[in-house]
Amino acid sequence: MVAPVSAVELDGISKHFSLRHTHSLKESVVWALQGRARRDEFTALHPVELTIGRGESVALLGRNGSGKSTLLKLVAGVMAPDTGEVRVRGRLAGLLEVGAGFHPDLTGRENVYLNASILGVERARIEERFDDIVAFADIGPFLDTQVRFYSSGMFLRLAFAVAVHTEPDVFLVDEILAVGDEAFRAKCLDRIELLRAQGRTLVVVSHDLPLVERLCDRGVVLDRGHLVADAPIGAAVAAMRVAG
Amino acid sequence: MTVSLPTTGEAPLVVQGRSGGLREVAGRRFLLSLLVRKELRVRYRASVLGLGWSYVKPAVQFGVYFVGLGLVLRQNAIGDYAVYLFGGLVVMTVFGEAVGNATRSVVANADLVRKIYLPRELFPVSSLCVAGVHLGPQLLVLVIGALVAGWSPDPVGLLALLGALVLVGVLALGLGLLLAAVNVLFRDVENVVDLVLMVVVWTSPVLYPWQRVADLLGHGSTLLAIYQSNPLTVAVELVHRGTWAHASPGNAAALPGDLGVRVASSFAIALALLALGQWVFRSLSGRFAQEL
Repeated sequence: MVAPVSAVELDGISKHFSLRHTHSLKESVVWALQGRARRDEFTALHPVELTIGRGESVALLGRNGSGKSTLLKLVAGVMAPDTGEVRVRGRLAGLLEVGAGFHPDLTGRENVYLNASILGVERARIEERFDDIVAFADIGPFLDTQVRFYSSGMFLRLAFAVAVHTEPDVFLVDEILAVGDEAFRAKCLDRIELLRAQGRTLVVVSHDLPLVERLCDRGVVLDRGHLVADAPIGAAVAAMRVAG
Repeated sequence: MTVSLPTTGEAPLVVQGRSGGLREVAGRRFLLSLLVRKELRVRYRASVLGLGWSYVKPAVQFGVYFVGLGLVLRQNAIGDYAVYLFGGLVVMTVFGEAVGNATRSVVANADLVRKIYLPRELFPVSSLCVAGVHLGPQLLVLVIGALVAGWSPDPVGLLALLGALVLVGVLALGLGLLLAAVNVLFRDVENVVDLVLMVVVWTSPVLYPWQRVADLLGHGSTLLAIYQSNPLTVAVELVHRGTWAHASPGNAAALPGDLGVRVASSFAIALALLALGQWVFRSLSGRFAQEL
């Protein structure tokens, strides 16, 4: 048997925040003279070892403040870990927030190009996928209207459509499936399942246990920055339900 | 629909969150062009004149200085004062815009920086490109103005003009990277930058001839040497050499000597600043997301 190929490797990564209370030089100096603490120390993530194989879909579970989103940001490369390193194989797209990178003053069309390009898609690929994206978002005549005039539903549909059409090798999703109406949500889920069926790697953060049971096959539970369980999704979700 | 992923030739594992610096920006030119277009679009939204404003603002500034200094205070020492003045102002305008906007660029794009990984160097670089777009029309006005004043272009002069632009670009990019990164930690930086940009117009021979400074500081003095090794001073003098010097006979003689040596040292300073700026930006960029 051939050893499975890893898609994401977390090698002893940890994250420690010192929360600065001021961004002004003057206050920093004054506070230093007064001997007042300028920082609060806080460890969001204790060293974590985790390997995710290609084609796996993994749910990150845990209560608020358990370090899930921090972990996801480290994988996405938005933040650098204090120790250890994160290694990723292939192109990664992080959907940490629907519509991040959309600009209200640009039209829908311009935003599709800008956002897909931000997510790392080459120009030719965007042009190839453009019609699919527009069809999926179903925004019809508003394509050349500035996004500021969109309803919030239209905005979310377009943003999500771009993200799911970028076809990354590793797809990070943070609590974004709670968007749009029921029909659109179903469409998004279908699309994510399609990505999964294509053998792409998914990492999902969500509090919606039935949803992750449907989408994922492995669950990783975090508690106050420690990895406390790593099990098939059924067992992980059961552990979460017991913990309340 | 099934897309099979390649089974041969595995993609290598790549360490995340480690920026490739400016080289990575070069690989994302399409995104850079979109960011520049976005910037221009957003700046001129709902504006009738649009990009035309980039002619109006320097034109008004030029008018104020020309009337104030040229006609009221009578800078008689300088022939073709309009060409002399505008050439220097072009340098200062593009430098000020590039550095000022680059300093704010990372903070202004906080939403993106916090949520999506992309080479953060893109933001200061796109500020520089926007300043470059605005430079176009001003350069056109300068060239036409110089031709009207009787300028006959010479190869060395054109080379000097080009050198000035490259020098200002490298200098602005280096400072922009440095200041953008520090501004994330201390927002005071953008105010300090505004202040300094107001002063630099006067620390180079833009509005007055360099001889006035030499008379004041003393010929051959250390202070004068410092004044003359300012890369912005050198850039202004290169533009003067490129246009104004050949507008009327006698202008060229008014230029300071040893420009060649100072051009070399200015490029060395600018490149050193670029290396420093890139290093600082890179070391701090891992902290951007949490500090914003």
